[in-house]
Amino acid sequence: MSAPRPWTLIAELTYACPLRCAYCSNPLELNGPSTPLGTADWRRVLGEAQALGVMQAHFTGGEPLLYPDLGPLVGDARSLGLYTTLVTSGIPLDRARLQTLAERGLEHVQLSIQALEPETSRAVCGRDALAHKLRVATWVKELGMSLTLNVVVSRLNIHELPQLIELAERIEPDRLELAHAQYLGWALRNRDRLLPSAESLAQARAVTREAQARLGGRFEISAVLPDYHAGRPRACMDGWARSYLVVTPFGKLLPCHAAHALPLDFDDVRSAPLAELWERSPALQQYRGTDWMQEPCASCSERDRDAAGCRCQAFELTGDASAPDPACRLTPAHHLVRAARERAENPEPSALQLRRPPRDRVLECKS
Amino acid sequence: MSRISAGDRPRLARRARLRLDELSRAHVLLSPERGLVLNEPAAAILRLCADDRTVEQIAQQLATGAPLERVRSDVIELLSELRARRLIEIEAGAA
Repeated sequence: MSAPRPWTLIAELTYACPLRCAYCSNPLELNGPSTPLGTADWRRVLGEAQALGVMQAHFTGGEPLLYPDLGPLVGDARSLGLYTTLVTSGIPLDRARLQTLAERGLEHVQLSIQALEPETSRAVCGRDALAHKLRVATWVKELGMSLTLNVVVSRLNIHELPQLIELAERIEPDRLELAHAQYLGWALRNRDRLLPSAESLAQARAVTREAQARLGGRFEISAVLPDYHAGRPRACMDGWARSYLVVTPFGKLLPCHAAHALPLDFDDVRSAPLAELWERSPALQQYRGTDWMQEPCASCSERDRDAAGCRCQAFELTGDASAPDPACRLTPAHHLVRAARERAENPEPSALQLRRPPRDRVLECKS
Repeated sequence: MSRISAGDRPRLARRARLRLDELSRAHVLLSPERGLVLNEPAAAILRLCADDRTVEQIAQQLATGAPLERVRSDVIELLSELRARRLIEIEAGAA
């Protein structure tokens, strides 16, 4: 079958990051020696992605500000006509650099807020940088760019939701994204500490709905609920290798941020033109369309809508990447999700494992 | 939100950008993490949302052969929808 048109390129410029979020989607380990993409590689990726039909470029990581040539890449993306987004912690950023990025054509900054209370923030990501993040938010608005505040919601910060919404009201971003942690990679390791109880989720949902109704005219509040509680799988990335291209710091072409964990041989963008890889890469072809689906997905009326859910979640929970996503209550392995949900009602104290300092990992990998 | 009237001046929101998609030859209204593919009439309206034009001026420019009344109401309908999505801004005209 011919490949669908991708709309968004997610460029993971580096895995290095000043934060150590307990739900990070970056790999648990970096396997084997490999060479990071250089600026010339990224330039080619941007141009070829544009030619494939991509309209949105998201610069992310790790922390993309730690990539020295971020500015020129933003400039390139913008001159290709791409809508440019920086997904950032805001930590290694001063106003002068942000202004340079704005001048190069950056249009949208998605700024992460981990928590309000310093103690909560340190528990979630190893440090508290809220005061600086609030300054960054102000600069983004002053410099005329669009601002999204992104909060990853988990058991650790869900009680702060009303105050987080109040904070957003003071900042007036274009968007507030309340995205629940997705239990893959680091988040799966920490699932018992991150998954909220049904009651606290119900409260969070009520608070969110009330705020959406009250603030809808001023800014948008988008809320992603945990699929563990939904009983239905989410249409992960709009379907496998359909709308999104993800390129990792080491050049792998993935269909989503988390797919590096799957037992598939993803191609290196340096090995062939992007259009060829997008269309023919066996790893990307693997779960396109519906032919690969197992029951009950194969004969389910929802299969086109949810694309059988998340391949990474299926693999991480069942060991079979082509299994139905256990988040769906119709699937045989749903009991795994139900058991995790039940444990979340009476969690046993356990230590949270923060992501290891990735800078060291990158250096190790280079040596 | 008040109804959009003929003297109002619509313009693209700062966060929105109109561009031609070379693959489909359609115009796309880009905004953070979204892209709205526009049909020809919608694109024609949006291209005119600039230079302090009023809704009435936009409708007049587009009403070649069609009744102005109907074109004006189509323009207002589209602009209302895009304003609800915060993709355009309206500067109120003199009452």
